[in-house]
Amino acid sequence: MSLLSHLERLEAEAIFILRETAAQFERPVLMFSGGKDSIILAHLAAKAFRPALSPFPYLHIDTGHNFPETLAFRDRFTAQMGAKLIVRLVEDSIRLGRAVEEKGKFPSRNRQQAVTLVDAIAELKLDACIGGGRRDEEKARAKERIFSVRDEFGGWEPRLQRPELWNLLNGRIHVGENVRVFPLSNWTELDVWQYIRAERLPLPELYFAHQRACIVRDGLLFPISPFVRIDPEDDVRRTQVRFRTVGDMTCTAAFPSDVRDVDGIIDELRASPVTERGSRLDDQRSEAAMEDRKREGYF
Amino acid sequence: MELLRFITCGSVDDGKSTLIGRLLYDSKTLLHDQVAALEQSSAKGGNGLNLALLTDGLRAEREQGITIDVAYKYFATPRRKFIIADTPGHVQYTRNMVTGASTADLAVLLVDAAQGVQEQTRRHAYLASLLRIPHVVLAVNKMDAVDWSQDVYHRIRDEFLALTRASGFSEVHAIPVSALLGDNVVEASTRTPYYDGPPLLRYLEDLEVDRPSDPERGRLPVQLVLRPSDPALQDYRAYAGQVTSGAFRPGDAVVVLPSNIHTTIAGIDRYGEPVTEAFAPMSVAIRLRDDVDVGRGEVIASAKRPLRVGQELRARLCWMAERPLVPRARLLLRHATAASPAIVTAIESVVDVHSFTDQPAPAQLALNEIGKVRIKTARTLAFDTYAEERGTGAFVLVDEASNGTVAAGLIIAEEPAT
Repeated sequence: MSLLSHLERLEAEAIFILRETAAQFERPVLMFSGGKDSIILAHLAAKAFRPALSPFPYLHIDTGHNFPETLAFRDRFTAQMGAKLIVRLVEDSIRLGRAVEEKGKFPSRNRQQAVTLVDAIAELKLDACIGGGRRDEEKARAKERIFSVRDEFGGWEPRLQRPELWNLLNGRIHVGENVRVFPLSNWTELDVWQYIRAERLPLPELYFAHQRACIVRDGLLFPISPFVRIDPEDDVRRTQVRFRTVGDMTCTAAFPSDVRDVDGIIDELRASPVTERGSRLDDQRSEAAMEDRKREGYF
Repeated sequence: MELLRFITCGSVDDGKSTLIGRLLYDSKTLLHDQVAALEQSSAKGGNGLNLALLTDGLRAEREQGITIDVAYKYFATPRRKFIIADTPGHVQYTRNMVTGASTADLAVLLVDAAQGVQEQTRRHAYLASLLRIPHVVLAVNKMDAVDWSQDVYHRIRDEFLALTRASGFSEVHAIPVSALLGDNVVEASTRTPYYDGPPLLRYLEDLEVDRPSDPERGRLPVQLVLRPSDPALQDYRAYAGQVTSGAFRPGDAVVVLPSNIHTTIAGIDRYGEPVTEAFAPMSVAIRLRDDVDVGRGEVIASAKRPLRVGQELRARLCWMAERPLVPRARLLLRHATAASPAIVTAIESVVDVHSFTDQPAPAQLALNEIGKVRIKTARTLAFDTYAEERGTGAFVLVDEASNGTVAAGLIIAEEPAT
């Protein structure tokens, strides 16, 4: 009898969690954004039920600020996996007056996204949403449960979290409540990339080096897009970059890189001086930025 | 690479968060922007670099300077990957320590050298032993504040060893450290010549983690049944779950409990691919030779070493809710993948927090109290004792009105009749 590798253990645990989600909930969905973590989730969900099909449709909350490359990848990947994709638009929430557009140079739709998600949960009567959040990402996330109960407003109340012991996941909820499920809780960013390499998973090309026009600001490179206001004093450069996360075009910074494959990404990550969230403008707004957004229903 | 999961516990102000911060900082696990955020936060408090800020993640914690909830931290050295559960030291948050301890291989217990072994230290050692964490490290912290005194260190170490002698740990190791200055955390200290062991990180990297699972005692609690809709696979039926202990091979004689069906393993599939062996903690799907009716909540077990079956349990219970547990309380019991309505028929005893002895016949169990109870379940369950197997010997109780998890339970054997 041999031992399981670190990655095999994480995979077995994530698959246990996905199977518990299928067994304990009536209407679960898998949150799919086209980013690396959600690609892993979708892949694990397919593996967990083989040779049967995964019971989870994908739900994408489209902020309207996505990279076109991510959306194209999303549609291609969904077709390949034979999954059902549900899309809900932040644009619709704004049009209906449910959410208000942020002003400014880099208008974020992060908070608005939570409104659209909470509305989608009510509309589709979802009782579980599987997300790719990891505890290593951020301090507030380090205290998140694997089954995280949210009230009707989608709010997270860290002081009232249920204790989670052994591998006993308590998914019982009242009508109107829902559970956010985090199968990748114990994965680190390095684990994610090592797993992508081991399983040869497809990725949007944004993760690899390409030429792009960016605004240089506070040492970070922000991609030029229709959603960002360019001022005369802006330092705009066309340069070779890649992205470490693929969030909104307004708040995801690129960085100079000539890495073109997953091996290169792993090497770069090992030598990298900043965390993944360090390239997200949305998390740098304040010390408790993530905690506040989670309380409002964000993942 | 191997994985070590450990918890850190100590009283308020023992410097637990600082110790974790030091492990991350000195092992170069911290990245530039984390250090920048740390410096920015520390500047507000005005006391130099405050490593504790790395783990105190919630706003209320930073404001009050305390840890409220279990925080998980991840780091890796070239030799091992680590998952730390940082658990708060306050009496009212004991449930968090039990939570962190439930999945830990090792506990790091902190003692302030100037304070010595406290009631909280005893309590943490007791909980670590109750949850059967095999390894304990006693970190005697703030050695800088006692002038690196050998006498102080030896007195605390010996007192701790004496009090844990009967606790059932397979190893207890003491280390004199200063989390604030870094001595014996990642780098060996020159100020503790009387200590010839490794610094904490090296100890954690080198420790042989026990694998207590008995290969003969195979257990797979069934999560769900895989039945593909594809007409070409209409005869396929497999029982999906994670092996919690032992191992299984095709051809093995197994028993499905509690329904007591004896059969043989026809095949084992791992994510759709056949494998020749499944062992803990693999997630697999088992096909059985006979056409039997098996569902979620049942356990597939090695026929040679079956589980106990019954509707009556005796258990150690850690009560985690504000509202006390009273006899005859009706709750929902979750055990492995099974769930059943349950009644706590008797509270036999409660642990006295000063003497750690069982006091008979309490009227109730209050928040954070631990007692021995008897439970009757509506459904028949298949179980082991917690001492035999964590995976099939543990349960939680859920309040059916609030749906909250209100107790952690460890199944214990019946005492022989006297």
